[in-house]
Amino acid sequence: MAHPRSGLSRFYLLLGAVALAGVATLAWLVWKPKSVSIPAGVVVGVTDTSGFRGYLLGSDAAPVEVTEYADYQCPACRDFELVQFPTVRRQLIESGQVRWRYRDFPLDGAHRYARMAAHAAACANDQGKYWEMHRAIYDRQSEWSVARDAAGRFRDYATAIGLAGADYDSCMSSARYAGRIQASANEGQQLGVPATPTFLIGGRLYPGVMASDSMRAVVQRLLPAASPPPTP
Amino acid sequence: MGVALLSLAGLFISAYLYLFKIGKIGTIACGAGGCETVQLSPQSRFLGMEVALIGIVGYGILLVLALLALQPGFTGPSWPSRLLVWLSGAAVLFTGYLTYLELFVIRAICRYCVASAVIIAVILLLAATDLRRSRRLAA
Repeated sequence: MAHPRSGLSRFYLLLGAVALAGVATLAWLVWKPKSVSIPAGVVVGVTDTSGFRGYLLGSDAAPVEVTEYADYQCPACRDFELVQFPTVRRQLIESGQVRWRYRDFPLDGAHRYARMAAHAAACANDQGKYWEMHRAIYDRQSEWSVARDAAGRFRDYATAIGLAGADYDSCMSSARYAGRIQASANEGQQLGVPATPTFLIGGRLYPGVMASDSMRAVVQRLLPAASPPPTP
Repeated sequence: MGVALLSLAGLFISAYLYLFKIGKIGTIACGAGGCETVQLSPQSRFLGMEVALIGIVGYGILLVLALLALQPGFTGPSWPSRLLVWLSGAAVLFTGYLTYLELFVIRAICRYCVASAVIIAVILLLAATDLRRSRRLAA
């Protein structure tokens, strides 16, 4: 008959081996190159939306608010961003007539990296560089949208605009803003946003790319009578 | 011995989920994606504390108690064995509450949470059987 002490020793050896294997596995998972996945359809919590209504540009006192529902991987959104938005920004936002509100509306079925791009921008916002990242993502849409490793491209842009890499990585790998993006998408769905980009101006939806002149005309109609005329 | 091994397994599952939650592990290996939904839900915190961290502490305590109960000085129906039964019983109730949240509030299932639920149920069964047997022998 085996001595009970030797049986216990064998058990400790087994337990030690299991513990060692477990620790080694966890260490490997922590130090291996990380992949990023931003889940869709997460349950939106109070903390995801409290105090956050979108990414804002312009004065709080602006008489008109324009909300853009957009998808970073949508070519039409990129066209608006690169061609029309600089004029909109100069004529309407910087002149104090419009406050801009950007909301994510990722079309997951068509654009597999849209949600990840939105999340990369949200992580840049943590470090006060949302609009720099926003612009970098749209600028390089043709590059990352066909890349095998879009997450790596977003990280390159994050580094290029001066974000702290470790904080950005932690934000991305924990999908910290998955709920916020989902809340934004839910808001667009509830409003009936039919396509991207869509603009909500004065309670009415304007789907599709909108020329800066058309947007200026819509905004002018909504301006209070006493407001100064728009600066071209 | 079985309780100690299962507690160690539960400890590693909890550690894996906690490391994911704090952003140290990129994606979670979960077929249907329910794990991320559960882990990123508001219900993944209990009284301001990460549920996965509660799991690490809980399984850690069960492991220590299970190892203590194996020591020659604690043979028979000793306090570590009794505490093991009480704590694993409480953990089963807590796990039941978490499973209810998964099924009816979050409406997603995390396979690691299911594995943990099975582990804690088996731990309670083994701990209770051990205690009953040692009481019978002591009588």
